[in-house]
Amino acid sequence: MDTPTFQIKPATIHPLWLRICHWLNAFAILIMVTSGWRIYNASPLFNFSFPNELTLGGWLGGALQWHFAGMWLFGINGVLYLLINIFSGRLKRKFWPLSPRELINNFIAALRGKLAHNDLSHYNTVQKLAYLFVMIDGIILVCSGLVVWKSVQFPLLRELFGGYDMARFIHFYAMSGMVGFVVVHLIMVALVPRTLLAMLRGR
Amino acid sequence: MNNKNKIFSDADKNAIIQDATQQINKQLSPEGRRRFLKQGLTLGGLIMLTGCDISSNESVENTLSRISRFNDRIQGWLFNANDLAPVYPESMMTRPFPFNAFYSEDEAPNIKGDDYRLEVAGLISDKRPWTLAQLHQMAQVSQVTRHICVEGWSAIGKWGGVPFSLFLKAIGADLNARYVSFKCADDYYTSIDMATALHPQTIIALTYDGQILPRKYGFPMKLRMPTKLGYKNPKHILVIEVTNRYPGGYWEDQGYNWFGGS
Repeated sequence: MDTPTFQIKPATIHPLWLRICHWLNAFAILIMVTSGWRIYNASPLFNFSFPNELTLGGWLGGALQWHFAGMWLFGINGVLYLLINIFSGRLKRKFWPLSPRELINNFIAALRGKLAHNDLSHYNTVQKLAYLFVMIDGIILVCSGLVVWKSVQFPLLRELFGGYDMARFIHFYAMSGMVGFVVVHLIMVALVPRTLLAMLRGR
Repeated sequence: MNNKNKIFSDADKNAIIQDATQQINKQLSPEGRRRFLKQGLTLGGLIMLTGCDISSNESVENTLSRISRFNDRIQGWLFNANDLAPVYPESMMTRPFPFNAFYSEDEAPNIKGDDYRLEVAGLISDKRPWTLAQLHQMAQVSQVTRHICVEGWSAIGKWGGVPFSLFLKAIGADLNARYVSFKCADDYYTSIDMATALHPQTIIALTYDGQILPRKYGFPMKLRMPTKLGYKNPKHILVIEVTNRYPGGYWEDQGYNWFGGS
């Protein structure tokens, strides 16, 4: 599908499986973050709460139900995405090589608003890092979530995350990283709307 | 297969498809795009505006409850009786250990120890009620473990008492039954799976921090399970029943997950 046979046909930037994973993931993250905020509000880690209007579930029990339903979508979809990405060779093709010098150049260009987006099929180094970050962040979210959910049943994972209480903090920080990514991601989409079309119809 | 049967060459074929695709895109794409954006925005707006109200939809509620029951089965399957909850040194105990219930501390039931009788019922062979003294005469253990609340906070405490598996054997319980249910003096009720009931760290707690269990923590006895969230640990227990009929629970019937393990 992603090997263009003829020059005249516009090449597919995002194969269908990727687009499906992307939108399922967007839906899953919306559920997980909004229900997660409600769960956080039941016993805040910091000196603030999230506005209840932005949360999902109505009360703690409802939020937990959403969170533990959404986890299946987020987890299974995430695993499928990673597996297809790795075994189709897309991960290596899109994200390799990572050059530090290119990163600095790209980053400066991005800050000056001069980072080129002419070829959507090619990721610049800032993009590469951002997407790799969000993949790793997603894995940390799932693993720390498993510790908070089943701290007795996953003893090794619990120790790796520094115990139940530490896992709660890591889960929160990873959520913050995810939300931060989504905000930047949405700003970039607003600046380069063609990327939204590419994620909808593939090219 | 046969070249002679080919009406168009490959190049022609592609040019035609290309042309047709362009025509279709020209006519359909803008509307489709607009429609998608409009509906997309509406869906997004709906989610943002109604927020919690989505949960009040009955079919959504039913679906979420079904997934929660499915999660019960997954958790039962994940549960391993050999995985022990971490134990801590006494120096790490949370002082004071928080009081937590659906009522205030001064509303906790006031039970006279001498009059107390623990009733046992259901799939058991010995249905005689128990006095508090009889429970204290059984072999006692104690452990310092973390109590994890469904809200997310946790506190470390020291509970002492009778391993629940010993008690279940003493009353001749059917250990293949599915549930053990509890009815309490504070009108609380809950139930647990048999695997958790038999877990080595599940105890009938009679003491807290070496003292007779205070009223606020569940006098004369509570069930203490470091493998379960706080709301699964009933206080002031009056009746223990072994059963195959799903008994539910006070919070569980309102939406908390029934298995509630950690």
